Amino acid sequence: MNGPQDLGGRDGFGPVALESDELHFHAPWERRAFGVTLAAGTMGAWTLDETRFAREDCNPVYYYTAGYYGLWINALETLLIKKQLVTRQELATGTAESGPVPKVKRVLKAGDAAAVFARGNPVDRDPGGLRPKFAPDEMVRTKNLNPRGHTRLPNYARDKVGHIEAVRGYHVYADSSASGDHETAHWLYTVRFDAQTLWGDRAEPSVSLSIDAWEPYLTNV
Amino acid sequence: MGDHDHHHDHHTSNLDDMTARVMALETILTQKGLVDPGALDVIIETYESNVGPRNGARVVAKSWVDPEYQAWLRRDATAAIGSLGFTGRQGEHMNAVFNTPTRHNVVVCTLCSCYPWPVLGLPPVWYKSAPYRARVVIEPRAVLAEFGTLLPDDVEIRVWDSTAEERYLIIPERPAGTESMTEEELAKLVTRDSMIGTGLALTPEARQIGQQP
Repeated sequence: MNGPQDLGGRDGFGPVALESDELHFHAPWERRAFGVTLAAGTMGAWTLDETRFAREDCNPVYYYTAGYYGLWINALETLLIKKQLVTRQELATGTAESGPVPKVKRVLKAGDAAAVFARGNPVDRDPGGLRPKFAPDEMVRTKNLNPRGHTRLPNYARDKVGHIEAVRGYHVYADSSASGDHETAHWLYTVRFDAQTLWGDRAEPSVSLSIDAWEPYLTNV
Repeated sequence: MGDHDHHHDHHTSNLDDMTARVMALETILTQKGLVDPGALDVIIETYESNVGPRNGARVVAKSWVDPEYQAWLRRDATAAIGSLGFTGRQGEHMNAVFNTPTRHNVVVCTLCSCYPWPVLGLPPVWYKSAPYRARVVIEPRAVLAEFGTLLPDDVEIRVWDSTAEERYLIIPERPAGTESMTEEELAKLVTRDSMIGTGLALTPEARQIGQQP
């Protein structure tokens, strides 16, 4: 979506604010928000891209003021309601209603947590006989895609010519993964652009920029 | 989230709103048997205390002293990093990117906060913030200068926007005057920022002055 998350090249946010203490969490609730979000994610009820979309699909004013873990909690509530694991009434009262306990793929146990996170969730899939359409050093143009749903093609890199820097693998496609599809995959490339192509006169000297782009984002030049 | 981004009217009005919301979520999910509170504690402990940039520093130092390891890192970073025990979430598909005297690399995630957790831990707040995400792609030299990293214009800068599940670990250049140092000593010169690309590895003198821990 052309949403508030798509920040590359936007002006007006001010200088990068460095902190001297660099705490990961600035309030006890942020620590719990991090833990409960990760723990709930392991239920397998949604994909990482669904989470990303739930965080970005909001009023920009909210996105820029809710704070990082505020967005996380809001997105977690959204997903739990959407997947019918929790009701609005329960969130309002802070207690579970009686009724059937929802079934999920997994409930993460403390003893398994370290192993589960050390394994992660690789997103490379078997391409079968599908070969990558583009080869390293080949020139490509990104498409001018503006889907209302989730995409990982940033605004600044749409309809731009760059070259294939690397073929990364056959990876689960974020755009479809964001609607719960764990398996649809496409070839993924690193595509590099000259800064002048992206920013014109604003470009700094001797700068280039890369994105990782799935094949459906790309066309021949 | 649409119509859901409002404040909730919680019964626990003596607590601040976010504390109450998170407690409510934890309580409901625990009551339903969907979340084990013990697992939550393990997750927080792991990422707040156990995983951090010392992991990445070991990778970098090893690549400086061990040409075979460096070659492996270039060929298959996920396996080479995994051989040191650094694996898993947000590091499933790793790439090592090497700085040279004429080329400097810097990493960002303009769309969210993608970051190589197994080697660097959780990202610093500035990495997740709007100013860094917005600016480092359009004016990387200016942003690096704010970090105290001034690069001559003839040093090429390559910015890497982490838009998929590939994760990038920058391998900074080995500082001069470190020929006699052990791998363990070298690892102490490798700052987190040097592995994101907003900084450089410390010289032994800078390390002794204690510019950075």
